[in-house]
Order: sequence, then C-alpha cells, then structure tokens
Amino acid sequence: MFANCLKSARHNKFGSLARFESTLVIAEHNNETLTPITQAVLSAAKKIGGDITVLVAGTKCGPAAAALCKANGISKVLVAESDAFKGFTPESMTPLILATHKQFNFSHIMAGGSAFGKALIPRVAAKLDVSPVSDVINIKSSDTFVRPIYAGNALQTVKVKDSIKVVTVRGTSFEALPLEGGNASTEPAPAGEYKSNLIEFIKQELSKSDRPELTSASVVVSGGRGLKSGDNFKLIYSLADKLNAAVGASRAAVDAGYVPNDMQVGQTGKIVAPDLYIAVGISGAIQHLAGMKDSKTIVAINKDPEAPIFQVADYGLVADLFKAVPELTDKL
Amino acid sequence: MSRVLVGVKRVIDYAVKIRVKPDKTGVVTEGVKHSMNPFDEIAIEEAVRMKEKKLADEVIAVSCGPAQAQETLRTALAMGADRGIHVEVSGAEYETLQPLHVSKILAKLAQEEKADIIEHGKGELTITREVDGGLEVVKVKTPAVLSADLRLNEPRYATLPNIMKAKKKPIKKVTPKDLQVDTTARIEVVSVEEPPVRQAGSILPDVDALVGKLKEAGHV
Repeated sequence: MFANCLKSARHNKFGSLARFESTLVIAEHNNETLTPITQAVLSAAKKIGGDITVLVAGTKCGPAAAALCKANGISKVLVAESDAFKGFTPESMTPLILATHKQFNFSHIMAGGSAFGKALIPRVAAKLDVSPVSDVINIKSSDTFVRPIYAGNALQTVKVKDSIKVVTVRGTSFEALPLEGGNASTEPAPAGEYKSNLIEFIKQELSKSDRPELTSASVVVSGGRGLKSGDNFKLIYSLADKLNAAVGASRAAVDAGYVPNDMQVGQTGKIVAPDLYIAVGISGAIQHLAGMKDSKTIVAINKDPEAPIFQVADYGLVADLFKAVPELTDKL
Repeated sequence: MSRVLVGVKRVIDYAVKIRVKPDKTGVVTEGVKHSMNPFDEIAIEEAVRMKEKKLADEVIAVSCGPAQAQETLRTALAMGADRGIHVEVSGAEYETLQPLHVSKILAKLAQEEKADIIEHGKGELTITREVDGGLEVVKVKTPAVLSADLRLNEPRYATLPNIMKAKKKPIKKVTPKDLQVDTTARIEVVSVEEPPVRQAGSILPDVDALVGKLKEAGHV
C-alpha cells in the first residue's frame, strides 16, 4: 500500500504539481504550552513556500492548537488528542504522521531539532523510505538545505533527491514566527489506533527552574570546570539573575556533577545562540564551541590566556573567576 | 540465546581540527587520525557489560566502510565484542552512504543474525533517556534498538593482551549487495564550506571595562 503511495508522490514531482509545495510541521508542546522551537520551524517552513499544515498531538492539545491558529500563514491545524500520545513517544506519533501524510500527500515534513524531533523524524523518514536531513540551518530552495557537520566546523549544502523531504530544523537559526495575525482553523487529524504496545511511558523527571529556558534565552551565563564545585555555581546563578539569563554548563561541569546534564551546552547538549553568552571557567573545547559559537556577543572569563575560548570571544577577561564574577555581578 | 548487535563507525578523531578541501567537495580525510566514534565506544562498553552481567550471550560488532573499518572492528573486539562483521563499502559508494542505507544494512543483519539488538531480562526493558528538560523513563519490548548517550557509561581501555586476543577473533566480510541493500545516494552533496569566521575580539584589562562594553552594546 505504501509503495503505491510513494509511486504517486514521485510521479507528482515530475508532473504538474511540482511547484505546489505543502509542508507538514509537527508541533512540539508539553500539553500546556507550545515549545518555542516550533515557531522557528514555522519560519523555516515559510521559506519553502506553499501551504503549511501543523499537526498537534498529545493528551491535551487545546492550548498549543489555539496558539498555533493565531500564527500568520498557516492554512490549518490538525489536532490528535488521545491517551495514545502520552509521553509523545515516537512509536505512537509515527503512525499518526504516516496516516496524515497519506491523506494530504505533503512535499515536506518538518520538526525542530530538539530531543523530540531527533527521536521522531528519522523514524518517520525510514517508514517513508527517504533520507532525512538533520539540523538544517538554512533553506536555499525547496530541495536544497544547509546543515553543519563536524561539530559546526564545516557547512554542508545538500540537495535531496527523494520526493518527500523530511527535515529537522535548528531552532536558533530561524526567527520565531510570531503567534499573531493569523486565523487558521483546527480540524481533527486522521483517526486511528495509534497506541503502541512496544513502548510504555513511565515518568519524566524535569529540572525545575524559574530562569528563562536555555535554548531560547537572550542571555546565557555558562560555567565550566573552573568553578571547581557545584556550590561555586551559585556565583553563576547570581550573575545570571542580574542579567535575567539562563544558566548553561560545559560537559566537564556536568560530568563532574556540578550541575544536571540538561544544562549542558555543546555538540552533545543544547545548541544556543543568545544575544549575549558569558563563558566562565570554560576552556572552549571544539565540542563546547559547537553549541554556542553562533551567539551574537561572546564574553569569556578565564585565568588561562591561552584558552581557546578567547579565539571566539568578542570580549575576554583574563582573570580569576572567583574575584571577577562577584565583582561583575556587583557592578551590573 | 540473546544477541547484541552494535554498530561502530570509524570517524575522524574527535580532537582533530578538521580542514575543508579547497574544492569544497568535503573535508580532508587523508592522513588524518581516525578512531571509533566516541558514542559507539559507549555502546560497545554497555553491550560488553550486559554480557558480563549474563544478560547477553554474544556481542557482535558491525562496521560499514572501506578496509580501514576493520581497525575499528578490532578495537571493538579488544573491548570485549565476540565477533565482527565488516560490511565493505568503499570509494564513491562510501562517500554518499547515508544513515538510511546503514539502517537498512543493520536491519538485514539483525534479522540474519537473529539479534535482539540489545536484549535484557524477559523481553521487557526499562530505560532512562535524556530529553531536553531532564530525564525520561520508558519501558520497551524487545527486540529493541537503543542508542547510547555519552553519560551511559565510561568505556574501558583495550588492554594489550586483549588487543592480541582480538586479532584471533573472527570478522566476517559482506557487501551491501550480499544483503540486497540498495545504496543509491538519496542526497547529493552540493558543497562543503568553512563556516563564517568570527572577528577577533579584544582582551579587556578589568571588570570595569567589561561592564562598560556590555552597557555600550545595550546588554545591561
């Protein structure tokens, strides 16, 4: 059945429908609010042109769907509310996306390059027998995308030959589409038995914080091994509070147990690109730079003048962080 | 009999500063130090630990790539894998080998070798995984596919006696064609370029100067 579906999609590419792109964006939310990365994906989808449909699935879709209906340039919001999507497991979401695609025949399926999108999108691509493109930072045309490779040390431009383009988008590379000026309507997504018996969601342990969310904060203060202990991280928190900043960390600080790992910035952690990034006691290994070097302004405070972080910092301060950080906090 | 199949990849060593080729076709790989992908070391380590805990009977390491992929397989064998499978892919075919192709190869091998990929206990497996806001616990039915995060474990070093022993362990050679996997490129690499270089910044004399700069730029 799928083979037929694929054949007709391929045929379309070379037929008269070739110019009519239609994109399905998979919304990310937590049953209460829409995740900001979804707004970046919508901006990316707009660059492709054509029709945009957003799919909201979860145990409670109302708030996210309502927010999305207000976004400018969306033609419709499909809603799939069911207990089957508890925990947003890729095993339950994938058949829903395949059913939705079967009904509407999209040229593009996109999601954010978050843990959610990274778990889901390759699975969808495999089921459609197409090659996914991960972590796209620029869209040159409907089939040509730019993505970073080798921890951001090279940019690869790729042309996708598959008829369906399945893509994850780097959230920090696209402006968030404002949730205003639109009036899309919601429709139910194709119904089906989507609960997977292969996986059961047990629980989530989320880190609680009053500070801004790391990947979307406009200011980030990060600490590294130079902090020497988890207790000393309070210096970072005080500075962050002064700047209304999110707090990040290098892998060294996470591995040493100073802070939980969801605070890690880098190739294997989160990618951030705030207006201001302050790196304290971080040497600047390639893997850390991969996560923050697109920040608009980078400040480094480190006592080692040879630390590689100074090669990317706009402003560097060669100083003992235990003196400089409290002084900076006081003077701000 | 539960078997674990572990995919391992030979990549440019993580500490190497890569260079983009002047003709923009890719990055320079000749004469550059390669090693096993750090995540794959963690996956091998976990599989070997499962065997040590008697949760697995056999660990099979698989690598897709040119002849040098065998070095990576030998490393996996020295860490404790029982045998290796080298899926020989070289030249232009390897240049455009994508995760989709490797997935199909691994899927075929998993069926042929009757692997449980990673099996553990009685067909149910509880795993903790990293998500954006923290951690998440899920229970999966086996056979299952698991991917390792950096914090799963600390991989062991291969000792000299184990490296010697690994030389005697079997490595089977197959090709994607043997497995009936089509490796036609689905993605064409148009170009590979250097990322934009950041302008050199300045070293400031003291905290006051830094505060001044932050105020000037409107950050505070």
